[in-house]
Amino acid sequence: MTQKDKDKDMSNISTSERVLVNRGLAQMLKGGVIMDVTNAEQAAIAERSGAVAVMALERIPADIRAVGGVARMSDPKLIREIQRAVSIPVMAKCRIGHIVEAQILAALDIDFIDESEVLTPADDVYHIDKRQFTAPFVCGARDLGEALRRIAEGASMIRTKGEPGTGNIVQATRHMRRITTELSRLKSCREDEIFELAKEFRVPISLVDETRRLGRLPVVNFAAGGVSTPADAALMMLLGAEGVFVGSGIFKSGDPAKRAASIVQAVTNYDDPKLLAKVSEDLGEPMVGINEDEIELIMEERGR
Amino acid sequence: MSKVKVRLGIVAVQGAFVEHRRVFERLGAECVEIRNARLLDECDGLVLPGGESTTQGKLARELSLFEPVRAAILRGVPTFATCAGLILLAERIVDDSARYFATIPCVARRNAFGRQNASFTTALDVRGIGAFPCVFIRAPYLESVGKDVEILATYCDRVVGVRYRNQWGFAFHPELTDDDRLASQYLADVVSYAARIRS
Repeated sequence: MTQKDKDKDMSNISTSERVLVNRGLAQMLKGGVIMDVTNAEQAAIAERSGAVAVMALERIPADIRAVGGVARMSDPKLIREIQRAVSIPVMAKCRIGHIVEAQILAALDIDFIDESEVLTPADDVYHIDKRQFTAPFVCGARDLGEALRRIAEGASMIRTKGEPGTGNIVQATRHMRRITTELSRLKSCREDEIFELAKEFRVPISLVDETRRLGRLPVVNFAAGGVSTPADAALMMLLGAEGVFVGSGIFKSGDPAKRAASIVQAVTNYDDPKLLAKVSEDLGEPMVGINEDEIELIMEERGR
Repeated sequence: MSKVKVRLGIVAVQGAFVEHRRVFERLGAECVEIRNARLLDECDGLVLPGGESTTQGKLARELSLFEPVRAAILRGVPTFATCAGLILLAERIVDDSARYFATIPCVARRNAFGRQNASFTTALDVRGIGAFPCVFIRAPYLESVGKDVEILATYCDRVVGVRYRNQWGFAFHPELTDDDRLASQYLADVVSYAARIRS
């Protein structure tokens, strides 16, 4: 897209309309599972298993962890192949603060950009000004302040920053609970306290006020990082997540299609233990997990 | 809004069902989320929300919801469907062998305007309502409709709103706006249906 085309593109649609359709797409994904895939074949399996969207990646987080080194945006060719393979939305990751990787993903007509701590950050101070893009962004957050900072920068969707590629749900649980607790505190605070909270969160007062009045984040909030069983996914929903991302948990397990379909069922029926028991049955080997104190690289610390 | 208290079943297997619930509760209807067939017979109306039609269709089948919902629609229960919901009601889907409830004689094209970059909002003249704010998100349109299908809205000559017997289908999302007029009209239908079957 040339600069001229881009200007034309932006002039066609006002910012508030863009916010509405981008936050709206995230709303349509609610109650669903977004799955990491590394090729067209996996993408097709994910779609058939009931995924609401796929995340196109060269390597799933568990392998990024194993290989080490600098992790970057995926090859556009791979992303295009995955786009051709499925009819559901396709997401892809860019590095935190890497404006040009985000522009490249936008040029690929990607449905959602994940400015992700799973990749090596390109900027240790600034996140991308996501308001400058037509495409929607999802960003990770460990607490309410972090979530609101990303929303102020233009994120249309938030997810927890559970430790990716570990198969351990503990960090995602921590983030989900923390955000819920902080939201209830905000909801019940006096109106004259929002000014101080805005300072604490480092976001505009108007955003704090909007969130307080809504009693929830102004965008959809998913759980991500460490989900590897149907029970993990259901736990996230029980704690207030509006849907889940599953990364390494599916295609690092023994029977990906079956596990994927079971996790989809678990998200819809998270409050039905009998059904959860049924869908948890005979899923084969789960991915091998890593405990918190065995992790060498803590990804959630990236980008605050 | 009405003397007859009505209960709406919001099919809640996946998607933006809470948004519909908020609208209809604002209008005074009782709403129940439908994830299994148990509560279905007690509903005076059915709402099929936006989301991913492939996911919703698959889950409806796996949760044994598919036949009971289809039977309710065919029985005449007023049904309100948006976006993915409209795809589920279409008799045929272009480039797709999947068929879901297939209760409106029409052919739907999924993601008909393109990917998310092509999502947009616009005001359209909706029949019986007038100018209405329409939010299209990776939206479908109907390539053709049967002769008994009433066309309620078009965008650039594409059909994006229809009514067929007891079913209302829209390619856009009235539930994402503050404008409750379409939902109110549908609810009036539900009220008269409820009064009729209870008398």
